[in-house]
Amino acid sequence: MKRDYTDNNSIYGILAEFRNPAELLKAATEVSNSGYREFDTYSPFPVHGMDKAMKLKKSKLGWIVFAHGLTGFLGGLALIYFVMVVDYPLNISGKTFYNVPAWIPVIFEITILLSAFGAFFGLFWLCDLPRFNHPLFNSERFQKATNDGFFLCIEAADSQFEEEKVNQLLKGLGAVNTEQIDSGL
Amino acid sequence: MSKTYEYVPKPALVKGDHDFSSLTSLITDINLRPTPKAWYVAFGIANVLLLIMLVAVGYLIWQGTGIWGLMQPVGWGWAIINFVWWVGIGHAGTLISAILFLFRQDWRTAINRFAEAMTIFAVMCAGLFPAIHVGRIWVAYWMFPIPNQMGLWPNFNSPLLWDVFAVTTYFTVSALFWYVGLVPDLATIRDRIKSRMGKVVYGTFALGWRGSNRHWWTYEKCYMILAGLATPLVLSVHSIVSFDFAVSVIPGWHTTIFPPYFVAGAVFSGFAMVLTLMIICRKIYKLEDVMTLDHIEKMNIILLVTGMMVGFAYGMEKFIAWYGGVEYEKAIFMYRASGPYAWAYWIMISCNVLAPQFYWVKKFRRHIGLTFVISIIINIGMWFERFVIVVSSLSQDYLPSSWGYYTPTIWDVMTYVGTFGLFFTFFLLFLRFLPMVAVAELKGVLPQANPHNYDKKGNYVPPKSEPPKPQYES
Repeated sequence: MKRDYTDNNSIYGILAEFRNPAELLKAATEVSNSGYREFDTYSPFPVHGMDKAMKLKKSKLGWIVFAHGLTGFLGGLALIYFVMVVDYPLNISGKTFYNVPAWIPVIFEITILLSAFGAFFGLFWLCDLPRFNHPLFNSERFQKATNDGFFLCIEAADSQFEEEKVNQLLKGLGAVNTEQIDSGL
Repeated sequence: MSKTYEYVPKPALVKGDHDFSSLTSLITDINLRPTPKAWYVAFGIANVLLLIMLVAVGYLIWQGTGIWGLMQPVGWGWAIINFVWWVGIGHAGTLISAILFLFRQDWRTAINRFAEAMTIFAVMCAGLFPAIHVGRIWVAYWMFPIPNQMGLWPNFNSPLLWDVFAVTTYFTVSALFWYVGLVPDLATIRDRIKSRMGKVVYGTFALGWRGSNRHWWTYEKCYMILAGLATPLVLSVHSIVSFDFAVSVIPGWHTTIFPPYFVAGAVFSGFAMVLTLMIICRKIYKLEDVMTLDHIEKMNIILLVTGMMVGFAYGMEKFIAWYGGVEYEKAIFMYRASGPYAWAYWIMISCNVLAPQFYWVKKFRRHIGLTFVISIIINIGMWFERFVIVVSSLSQDYLPSSWGYYTPTIWDVMTYVGTFGLFFTFFLLFLRFLPMVAVAELKGVLPQANPHNYDKKGNYVPPKSEPPKPQYES
C-alpha cells in the first residue's frame, strides 16, 4: 500500500497494543466500522480473518505474476523460434525446424522463472519495501510485533484523525497500552 | 450411522507448553547464543572436505575429464550419478514447502525452512557436476543463449539443454521462495539481537519488515503463488533430468516410465535425507517440541509410499521389457539382475524396496534410531539406483564387442566426497546464522493464534482435545 509518510504533521499516529489476536481482531473490526481507513494492524503472524475485519481489497499480485508469466511464455517462444528457425536452423534428418514439442520444457521453465520473479519483486513493490526505517521503529514496545505483540495503529493521515478521540476509542477497545508515534525518523 | 470420524482429535503440532514468545526464544536463541565449540569442529571437518573437492575440481579443470574413470562405452559415470542423486535429494525440500503447503498440511511448518535450505545446498552440489563435466569449463557459457562472435546458438531440441534451464530455474525459484519465508523471521532476529553489527546485517536482509497486516495480506498471496509455481516446477525438473536418459535410444533408458519413476525416487531419497539431518539437529538443538515424533512418523509413511512406488517402477520396467519384446531391452534387464553389476542391483533392491517395509509397523515408524539407520540406507540405495541406471545400460549396449567394465578413479571419489563438504559448509552456516524453523509460520499454527479459541472476554480457551462420545443416529 503506497502512502505518504512525509506528511507535514509531526504525529505519525497512535499505536495501541492488544493482548492477543482475538482482541486485535475485534479492535480492528470496530476501528474499521467507526470509519477509519488509514490504519494498520501488526502481528508476528497473519491473523486469520484480519483482512476482512480491515476491509482490505484483494491484492493485485496475481495480475503482476500473470503479466510476468505471459512475458516469459511469449519471450521464451520468440527466443527459441528466432534461434531454431530464423537464425540458426539445424537440419536433423530433414525434420521440421518448427519443432514445438521439443521446445515446451524450456518455454515452461522460462515462464515459471519470470512468474516467480514477478511474485517476489511484486510482493516487495506492493509492500513498499525495502525501507530501512519507519516511524513505528521509534517505539521500543513495537519490537514485540515480531515476537508476541499485537498492535493497531491509527495514522494521522486519516481524515477522521483526532488525537483525543482516537486515544479514547483504542482504550475503550481494551488496549493495554497506547502511545503516540512521531513521524520524525 | 456413526459420525465419529469428525471427532478424531488432531495431535497438537507443537508439544509442550509453548506460547508465542517461548517459541521465538526456542528457535531464535540458537542464533543469538555464542557459537558452540562443537559447531567449529563440525565446520572444520566440512571445510576439509570442501578443500578436497576444490583440489579434485581444480585438477580436473587442469587435466581434463580423462582423470575420471570414464571410458568407451561408459561416457557417463559418477559425475552424472552424483548429479541426479543430489538433485533428487533437493526435491523433498520443495515437496515439503510447496506441495504440502497447497494441501494445507500444517505439520510442514516445523521442517519446511530446514528442508528448503537442504534443497538449495543440494542443488548447488548437483549443479557442480554437469558444469565440470563439460570439460572446457571456461566455455560453459555456450550452454546459455548468449549472442556470440561465432554466430552459434544452443540447440533447444536437446534434453541436455532443457536440463540447464530446469536446474537453473529450480535453484533460483527455490532461493526466492526460501528468502520470502525468511523475511519475517529475520525481522524477529533483528528486533532481538543486541549487537550493533547483527542489527545492521539482519536489519538489511529483513528489508524493514514490520508485521503489518497490509503486508501479510500480499505476503500470503505471494507465498501461495510461489508454492503454486514451485509445485509443477519440481515435477518438471526431475522429469527433465529423466529425459536426459529417456530421450536417448540406449536400452534400459528409452522408457516412458522414467519421469514419474524419477520423481518418486527423488522424493523418496529427499525425505530420507531430511530425516537424517532432522534427527541429528532436533537432538543437538533440543527442538523435540517442534520436530516431534508425529513428524517422523508422517515422513516415514511418505517414505513407505514413495518406496513402494519406486519398487513398483522397478517391477514395471522388467515387465515392459519382457512384454515389449525388444531383445536388447530384455537383455539389459537380465544383465542388471545377473550380470557384472548384479551386486549393485541387489544393493539397490534391498535398500530401496526391502528396507522401508519396516514402516508398516507403527512402532518402527516412531522409532528414532531405526528411522535414522533406514534413512541412511535409503540414501545409499538411491545412489545405487542411479549407478545401476547409468552404468549398466552404458557398459552393455547394442554391440557386445565394445562392452566394458566401469571402475571409478580416486578423483571420482574425491569429488563426490568433497561435495559433502560443500553441502555441510553451507548447511552449518545456515544452522548458525538463520532461524532453522519458520517461526512466524509455526506461531500461526498454534491454537493460540486462532481468534476463535478465545472467549468473549478475550481470554484464551484451549480447544477441546478430548473427543466427545460417539453419537449414533438411527
